Amino acid sequence: MNWSDLLSLTAGELIAPTTAAYALAAIGLNIHFGFTGLLNMGQAGFMLVGAYGFAATAQAGQGFPLSALVGVGCSVVFALILGIPTLKLRGDYLAIVTISAAEIVRLIGRSSVLSDITNGAAGIPASRFNKDFLGLSVLPDGRTALGPFAYANNVGDGWWTRIVAWAAVLLAVLLVWRLMSSPWGRVLKGIREDEDAVRSLGKSVYGYKMQALVLGGAMAGFAGVLFVMPASVQPDAMGRSMTFFIWTILLLGGAATLWGPVIGSMIFFVALMFIKTVMRDVLPSVLRPEQLEPLAGILVGITLMLLVIFRPQGIFGDKKELMLDVR
Amino acid sequence: MLAAALVGVIGLQAESASATAAVTCVADAETGCIGGTLQNTAGPVEGVTITVSNEDDEFEESATTAANGTWAVAIPGRARYTVELDESTLPSTAALADSAENPVEQLAVVGASSTVDFNLVLDATPSTGGSSSTTTGTVTPTRLLQQFALGIRYGLILALAAVGLSLIYGTTGMSSFSHGEQVTLGALLTFVFSIQLHWPIVLSVLAAVVLSAASGWLQDVGIWQPLRRRRVGLVQLMIVSIGLSLALQYAFQFRFGGSTLQVLPSIAKSWSIGPIRLSIPSYIAMGCATIVLVGVALFLQRTRTGRATRAISDNPALAAASGIDVDKIIRLVWILATGLAGLGGALLALAFNGAAWDLGLQMLLLMFAAVTLGGLGTAYGALIGSLIIGVVVEMSTLWLPSSLKFAVALLILILVLLIRPQGILGRAERVG
Amino acid sequence: MSAELSSPAPLAKTAAQALAGVAPEPGVAKPDPIIVADDVVRRFGGMTAVDVRHLEVQRGAITALIGPNGAGKTTLFNLLTGFDKPNSGTWEFDGRRLNGVSAGRVARAGMVRTFQLTKALSRLTVLQNMQLGATKQPGEGFFTSLVKPLWAAREREITAQAEELLIRFKLDAKSEDFAGSLSGGQRKLLEMARALMAKPELVMLDEPMAGVNPALTQSLLGHIQTVRDEGTTVLFVEHDMQMVRRIADWVVVMAEGKIVAEGPPSAVMENPAVVDAYLGAHHDTDLGDESVMAEGVLEQLEAEEATE
Repeated sequence: MNWSDLLSLTAGELIAPTTAAYALAAIGLNIHFGFTGLLNMGQAGFMLVGAYGFAATAQAGQGFPLSALVGVGCSVVFALILGIPTLKLRGDYLAIVTISAAEIVRLIGRSSVLSDITNGAAGIPASRFNKDFLGLSVLPDGRTALGPFAYANNVGDGWWTRIVAWAAVLLAVLLVWRLMSSPWGRVLKGIREDEDAVRSLGKSVYGYKMQALVLGGAMAGFAGVLFVMPASVQPDAMGRSMTFFIWTILLLGGAATLWGPVIGSMIFFVALMFIKTVMRDVLPSVLRPEQLEPLAGILVGITLMLLVIFRPQGIFGDKKELMLDVR
Repeated sequence: MLAAALVGVIGLQAESASATAAVTCVADAETGCIGGTLQNTAGPVEGVTITVSNEDDEFEESATTAANGTWAVAIPGRARYTVELDESTLPSTAALADSAENPVEQLAVVGASSTVDFNLVLDATPSTGGSSSTTTGTVTPTRLLQQFALGIRYGLILALAAVGLSLIYGTTGMSSFSHGEQVTLGALLTFVFSIQLHWPIVLSVLAAVVLSAASGWLQDVGIWQPLRRRRVGLVQLMIVSIGLSLALQYAFQFRFGGSTLQVLPSIAKSWSIGPIRLSIPSYIAMGCATIVLVGVALFLQRTRTGRATRAISDNPALAAASGIDVDKIIRLVWILATGLAGLGGALLALAFNGAAWDLGLQMLLLMFAAVTLGGLGTAYGALIGSLIIGVVVEMSTLWLPSSLKFAVALLILILVLLIRPQGILGRAERVG
Repeated sequence: MSAELSSPAPLAKTAAQALAGVAPEPGVAKPDPIIVADDVVRRFGGMTAVDVRHLEVQRGAITALIGPNGAGKTTLFNLLTGFDKPNSGTWEFDGRRLNGVSAGRVARAGMVRTFQLTKALSRLTVLQNMQLGATKQPGEGFFTSLVKPLWAAREREITAQAEELLIRFKLDAKSEDFAGSLSGGQRKLLEMARALMAKPELVMLDEPMAGVNPALTQSLLGHIQTVRDEGTTVLFVEHDMQMVRRIADWVVVMAEGKIVAEGPPSAVMENPAVVDAYLGAHHDTDLGDESVMAEGVLEQLEAEEATE
C-alpha cells in the first residue's frame, strides 16, 4: 500500500467541499434537533431544493449572488410550507412529513415533468451553473499546493470552492454561537426541554419553532449550493441516505454543541475515505470493487446505532447535556 | 450485528448466485455493465432492442432482451450514457408508461453494473396498433379497471407490511424505520431459496417468512428489549432503527448487488378476468395476502393475546397494571410484524417477479402514509390506508408519469396530516 | 378551625375581610373578581369533565380549588390557561375576554400557571430557567438577539430579579446547576419562582405541594402567602386539606365537573354537600388523609395520558 497516497486522500477529505457542505447542513440540523428538538428527517430535501433553485437561476444566466439567494429562498419557502401544518402537531409528524416531502422533491426532480429545469434523473452538470461563481474568484488561475493539499485554484472542485465553503461554515458557527448565547436561543432550548412549560411562560412556541426550522433550512439550502458546486445536481445523490448521513455526523460530533457538526463531518469523511482506501488496497481478493460503497454504508449504519445507544452525547459532547427523550 | 448474521446465513450459498441470469456482461476492472429487466405486469418482455450510446466517445451498442426480459450492454469507461428503448420493437401487449422517460441518461462506471429499468405497462388496447396510444393519456374503462386491480394488488401487499408497522407503533410508540428492510429481507430470502437453492416456490416463501419472523425475534432480544429496559427515549429508538435500516439496506446491496433479481425459475403465465389481466402469481399473492390479513384481524379480535395487544396499544400502563405481560406481547408483536413484512416482501417479489436491495426502501414511506392515513397505531386503519394508497399509486399513472406515482401518495400523506391528523380511524384526542 | 388561625399577615386580613360578606354558595359574585367564567363545558368522548355555570375568583386573595379525583380541577385549569379548548363557554380575566386565546397569550395577559407534574427545563440551568420566565425581553426577537447591546441591559435586570427570587426560594446555591439535577421539591419551588419572574397578576398553581417533603411544604406555604401579600392573586389546586385550611382565603369545591360549594375554608369543611362529594360514605375520614394522596397518583397517570 502507498502510505502517502492514503494520507493525501484522507487528508483531502478534511477540507473537501463535500465535507463543508455536510458540516453546514449538520449545523442547520443542529438548530432543528440539537437546540429546538425538531425531528427533521428531510434535511437532504432542503439541500436539494436549494441546489435546484440555485442551479435553475444560474442556468438562466443570473450571477452567483442572486442565484444563491434564490436557492436559499427556495429552502426557506420549503421550510414554511412544511412547518405551517406540522409544527402544531406531535413531533414525529414533522419527521414523517419532512422525509416524505424530501422524497417528493427528489422524485419530481428525477422525473421528466420538470426536465427543462432539472434535466431529469441525469441531473444538471456543474458546468452549466458554476461559471459565474468561479468568475468571482480572487485567486489567480493555476494550481496551488499546500502540504498534502494540491488543487487547481478556479475549478469546481478547487481552492476557490473550498475557501467559500469553509468561510460559510465558519460564518454559520459564529451565527449559531451568537444566537444560542442570547435569550432567543434560550427560548429554543426551553422548547426542546418542554414546549408546554415555555408556552406557560408566555412565549409563542409555534413562532419560535418556525424560526428555527426556517433558519436551519436556509443553512441546508446554501449547503446544497456548496454540495453541487464541484460536480452536479444529482437528485439521487441527495436522498434519504444523505439525510441519515447528516444525522450520523451531528450525533458523531455531538448534538447541541457549537463545533460538533463541523468536527463530526470531518471525522465522518476522513474515516470513510480511510476505510474505503484501506479496504480497496488490502481486500481486493475478498471484495468486488462495487462492494466498497455498500460496505461503507453498513459501517455508517452500525456507527449510528452504536452512537445513539452508547454515546448519545457524541464523541465530544457534554455528558451532562446528553440528548434525552425529546418527546 | 444482525445484518452480519443474516448476510452470513445467506452467504453460504453465495457462489452459484448469478448463474441463472441469462445476460452476458460481467463487470471487471476494464468494463462496466448497463442492464436491466424489461417486464410489465404480464411478465418479462422479450425481443426488445435497447441501445446504449455515448456521443463523446462515439460509443454505441445494442442489446435485445432475452426470454426472461433481461438485457445488458458492456461499456468501456466511466461516462454518462444514453439508454434508448426502441419502441417499434415492443410487442403489441406492452407499452412504455411514459414515452417522455425514454431515452434515459445513466451514469455508469467500470467495475460495476448499473441498472436501467423502463416502466412498461400492459397495453390493454393492442388492436389500435402503435404502442404510443397508451401514453397519450386516454383513459379507457379497461385501463381504469386494470390499474384499479393493480392498485388492490399493491395495497394488499402493502397492508401486510403496514399492519406490522402499526402494531409496533401501537405497542412500543416507536416509528420503526427499518421495517422497509424487513420487506426486502422477505423478498431476497425468497430469491435465495427459490433460485439459488432451487426449492419449490411455496416452500421458499414459507422459509422466507419463518426466517423473517426469526429476525424480528432476534432484533427484539438483541436490540429493542435491552433498549426498553434502559428506558431509552422514543426519538433515540427511532434513530437506532434508522441506523439499522442503513446497515441492512447496504448489507443487501453488498451481498446481492444493485440489480433486480428474478425469483421465479420460469416465466409465469397471465390470466384474464374480464378486462383485467395479471400474472398468475399476482392472483396467488392477492389471495394469500387477503387470507393472512383476515387471520391477523381474527387474531386481534378473538384471541386473548390479540386483545392484550390492543389493550397495550390503548393504554400500556393500564394493561401492565391489569396483569398483561407487556414485554412478552411486544416480543410477539415484533415476530408477527417482521413475519408479515417478510411475507409482504415475498409476495411482492412473486407478483413482480423481482427482488432488489431497495425494494422495501421504496415501500417504507408508503407504509407510513398508509398508517398515518388510517390513524397511527390502529391496525385496521393501516389496512384501509394501505388499500387507498395502493389504488391511488397505481391509478395515478393514468394521468401522471409513473415516476411520480409514489410522490402522489406522499402528497396525500401530507394533505391528510393537514386536514385530519388523527387519520381516518384515529381518535381526535390523541393528537396535539 | 377558624379562618383567623390561618391569616397572620395584615394583607391576608384584608383579603379575608373583603370576602367576609360573601355568601358561601356555588357561583356567588365576588366584590372584586379577577376571573369571571360562564358556562364552561368540556367533554371527553361521552364524559363531561367540566361543566361550570358561573365562577368568580377574588382579586388579591388565595383561592383553593379542591375536589375528589376526576372532579375536573386540572381540566378547568387547562381550559382557563388556553392549554385545552372547551366545547363551549366564555371567561374574562381582568376584564379581557380570554376564551379561544392561545396559551402563550394567556400568559402574556398576566395569568401564569404551573403544572401538576413539574416541568423544569432539565438541560437548562436553574438561572436560565428563571430568566426564561421574564417577559418583555428584546433579546428574544430573532434579529435583536444578534446585537447584544440591544438586550444586555434588560438581561442584567432580569438576572438581578432572578437572583433575588432564587435567594428568597433558597435556590441561589443551585443557580448554575442543571434544573434536571434538582429534587422533586426543589423543582416545585423553581417552577413557582419561574412563574413569578413574569410578575403575573394571577398565578395558578396545580398541586404545588404534591410530592414535596414536609420541611419544604412549610416554606412553600410561606411563599404562597408572601406572593399574595405582594398583591398577586393565587389560585391553586390541592388535595391536602390541611394545607388548604392553613392558607386559603376562599375555597371552591368541584365534583364531577361541577362547582358544588364555595366559601371560607371553615365553612366549606362543614358543608354537607362537600362532605358527600368528597368523602362519599367515609364521613369520619380526615380530609388530609393519605388515601386521598394515593388516589392522586392515579390522577397523575390520567394527566400524563391527557398531555400526550
